[in-house]
Amino acid sequence: MSESINPFGTSITHEDLLEDLEFFDSWEDRYRYIIDLGKKLPDMPEAYKTDENFVHGCQSQVWIHGELNNTDNCLDLLVETDAHIVRGLAAMVMAAYNHQSPQTILDFDIDAYFEQTQLIQHLSPTRGNGLKSMVKKIQDLAAKHTH
Amino acid sequence: MTNNTELDLNQIRNDFPILHQEVKGKPLVYLDNAATTQKPKAVINAVSSYYETINSNVHRGAHTLSDLATRDFENARVSVQGYLNAETPEQIIWTRGTTEALNLVAHSYARAFLKAGDEIIVSGLEHHSNIVPWQITCEVTGAQLKVIPVLDNGELDMDAYGNLLSDKTKLVSVAHVSNALGTINPVKAIIDQAHDAGAVVCIDGAQAVPHWAIDVQSLDCDFYAFSGHKLFGPTGIGALYGKQELLDKMIPYQAGGEMIEKVSFSGTTYNQIPYKFEAGTPNIGGAIGLAAAVDYLMQLPREALELHEQALMTYANQKAADFEGIRLVGTAKEKTGAFSFLIDGAHPHDVGTLLDQQGIAVRTGHHCAMPIMDQFCIPGTVRASFAFYNTLEEIDQLFAGLEKAKMLLL
Ligand SMILES: Cc1ncc(COP(=O)(O)O)c(C=O)c1O
Repeated sequence: MSESINPFGTSITHEDLLEDLEFFDSWEDRYRYIIDLGKKLPDMPEAYKTDENFVHGCQSQVWIHGELNNTDNCLDLLVETDAHIVRGLAAMVMAAYNHQSPQTILDFDIDAYFEQTQLIQHLSPTRGNGLKSMVKKIQDLAAKHTH
Repeated sequence: MTNNTELDLNQIRNDFPILHQEVKGKPLVYLDNAATTQKPKAVINAVSSYYETINSNVHRGAHTLSDLATRDFENARVSVQGYLNAETPEQIIWTRGTTEALNLVAHSYARAFLKAGDEIIVSGLEHHSNIVPWQITCEVTGAQLKVIPVLDNGELDMDAYGNLLSDKTKLVSVAHVSNALGTINPVKAIIDQAHDAGAVVCIDGAQAVPHWAIDVQSLDCDFYAFSGHKLFGPTGIGALYGKQELLDKMIPYQAGGEMIEKVSFSGTTYNQIPYKFEAGTPNIGGAIGLAAAVDYLMQLPREALELHEQALMTYANQKAADFEGIRLVGTAKEKTGAFSFLIDGAHPHDVGTLLDQQGIAVRTGHHCAMPIMDQFCIPGTVRASFAFYNTLEEIDQLFAGLEKAKMLLL
């Protein structure tokens, strides 16, 4: 994973997403937007779909691969999942975390972010847990690279 | 809108306070009854009245409240005995639910009496709670687990079952109704054939009891397990029925207070059934609530409701036949409760999320029945599951919701 082709966290920031989400007042539009976000996620190479990268605690299958980029010390992330909505949510997580320094990742207030998206209230607890598992996986990766 | 004019479904729905609310701004359509059923006012009132008026520990007190609590607690056993048509109330053992009831049989019967070379038979469509206890039993005893194959339509391969039975078979444990597929298994035939082979039979009745009254004597099963919360009663309470001669010879499940007759350091003697299996303070309020559920059900027109439930299933099948891209999972001739399906090109969890946005509660996933999901090579299904209080209109709403989900996802 030499160059990151993941647009989230680089060309699409979490501020962009929050701005977009403010426009929607129907749940249909909100979900259509999330599903479309998921379509912008790059596919993960098969080789990264390992047990180590597997995210437990999600209802759908999710993998997250992370690598420290030696040039700028940022964590480059890729995520893969088989469900459209989860994929969209994963894109939102990527917008916050991808290509950030490990310390920035650890400092980021993810709860406040998701509260602002007004999505948590729309998420079932199980899916909420899946989201938490993804976040935990990335935070653990970041923590590994801070000491 | 039912096929039965004598049935006033609105009046019955009014007995269930939770059904009359909005979720996400839309009227709740509760189609997750295989996971847990809703509670009628009669149950809610019985539980709160117990705590408000007679809460006390049972069998212990030399005081009035304890006597009243003990009376209602033991009367609850009689209600459940009646619902299952068990021979005596002592053959009803309170458990936390189906899971604990099955574990009790595995621990106190199978682990105590099975040995290396013996065989246990389950089916391929079982809930994990009717698989894992037997796997552990096999690990501990050296017995072997055999599995009745499931046909593509979700029915058990009864020919294969016949071939699995032998004089090595010591125990057969199968679901009365599959929670994942809705298949009603031919348990009477399963029991009779097992008995011919000399095996004891345990029936997981979790998904059968909500749909019709069970007669354990005419079934002639040796054990029958169910959960109160799937029978319109509270969570945390359920029961195991067992034949007297088996229960008598079984070893205790847990040890502690109530299950003993006499304790001394030179030796302890156990109480008689059912107390031998009920160590510790039981779920008194739960048992009283469960009895209220059973009493409530007994005064409903059960036959009309059974016909109504069949009409729900038939109507769902008709709607599915006209719905592009739906694939039913489990198409057994005899089905009740669970209506499992997939939408081509859509992940079940996405479908479930979008139904939830429309106030429609279903369950998605493997339904704790991974082996049958593996057999069908699917990660899980969307499962709508019906109770007698569901309406044909709610099935219309389900399919309208699916149409919308399809539009967003595909
Ligand atoms: C067929 C079947 N068996 C066993 C169980 C376990 O029941 P409980 O979780 O109430 O113990 C269930 C519940 O989902 C079930 O559907």
